[in-house]
Amino acid sequence: MRVAIASGKGGTGKTTIATSLAYTVAQRGDRVAYLDCDVEEPNGHLFLQPQIVDRRPITRLVPVVDPVRCAHCGACAQVCRYRAIACVGERTLIFTELCHSCGGCLLACPQEAIGEVPVPIGTLRTGRSGGVEFVDGVLNVGEAMSPPAIRAVKQAAPDAPLTILDCPPGTSCPVIESVRGCDLLLLVTEPTPFGLHDLKLAVEMARTLRLEVGVVINRADAGDRAVWDYCQQRRVPILAEIPDDRAVAEAYSRGELAAQAVPHVADRMRALLATIESGVLA
Amino acid sequence: MKVVITAQGTDLDSAVDPRFGRARYFLLVDTETDACTAHDNEQNLNAPQGAGIQAAQAVTRLGATAVLTGHVGPKAFTTLQAGQITVYLGATGTAREALEQYRAGQLQAAAKANVEGHWS
Repeated sequence: MRVAIASGKGGTGKTTIATSLAYTVAQRGDRVAYLDCDVEEPNGHLFLQPQIVDRRPITRLVPVVDPVRCAHCGACAQVCRYRAIACVGERTLIFTELCHSCGGCLLACPQEAIGEVPVPIGTLRTGRSGGVEFVDGVLNVGEAMSPPAIRAVKQAAPDAPLTILDCPPGTSCPVIESVRGCDLLLLVTEPTPFGLHDLKLAVEMARTLRLEVGVVINRADAGDRAVWDYCQQRRVPILAEIPDDRAVAEAYSRGELAAQAVPHVADRMRALLATIESGVLA
Repeated sequence: MKVVITAQGTDLDSAVDPRFGRARYFLLVDTETDACTAHDNEQNLNAPQGAGIQAAQAVTRLGATAVLTGHVGPKAFTTLQAGQITVYLGATGTAREALEQYRAGQLQAAAKANVEGHWS
């Protein structure tokens, strides 16, 4: 089973929940994989502190034009919706920083003058933390295209009955790439107007992608009740509520796992896991 | 010869648009007759990314050999260079004034971009 943990709003506690959930499964003696899909700012490793056993480059393919074969017809530039190709006179220019590696230009070229070459965009790291199989991706500084790195992280997932995907914030391409194919999407939110605003976007995204969705309300006793009202209205199940507790923040600041450091979080993670595994939702 | 002036309106009395890729209009001017045609750049004005590259291709298609504008970014500059178009930066005032600055040799041909590229 693949459980993706996303939020919409940043800083709601995705990594706290994802790492704590993985830790809880491992404590039970079961195999579990934790994938940090937030390749622009991966931080799961700070809490799981895995022993990294393998590092390898992540690459993506970008087009190169064979100037001998190129007939300067402009078909590649026309098909490129990311506007990464310019045809001027007898020159065909490729701007790799705009390229999304879709391969469309290869298909469009009637001369078969376009090939693809891999360019490095980041590093894939795999390792282990206690019983948790750990994978993350670290995107190179200055690299704008994160989805190929996220794909690499997902492809490197070790076989385990439960896979937890710690997703980036937001609801745009990197998140779509991360949550695609999951069996359950857990949306971590907080009971604030900002939390609710982004929760709505994330729920709409989940519905568009036809994903099973459940909500975890973090810092549940702060803020207002609007998140509960919304979840009831839209029939989104609330699977866990975690109270606002300074002990959680202090553990976080020391790089400790919330479920290891704070007993009531451990209890709630076990309960959340039971709900997920009961199959009522997924 | 033909030059393109980036402008905020459709004739030579309109103000120069200092931006190249997201200029409102391209004025194609015949330097011998001062005949001027305006070409709308609205499509690139609202483009999420790559406006400079598209604008540079459009200028190439118009058959101009020089561009008079305020600023140009690196990707637009590379594309204009590939199209063998000379870029004159720092044009100010109206399009007509920019044309006069160009004729008087007051505008410098750019050797490189003078502003940073933007991410989408």
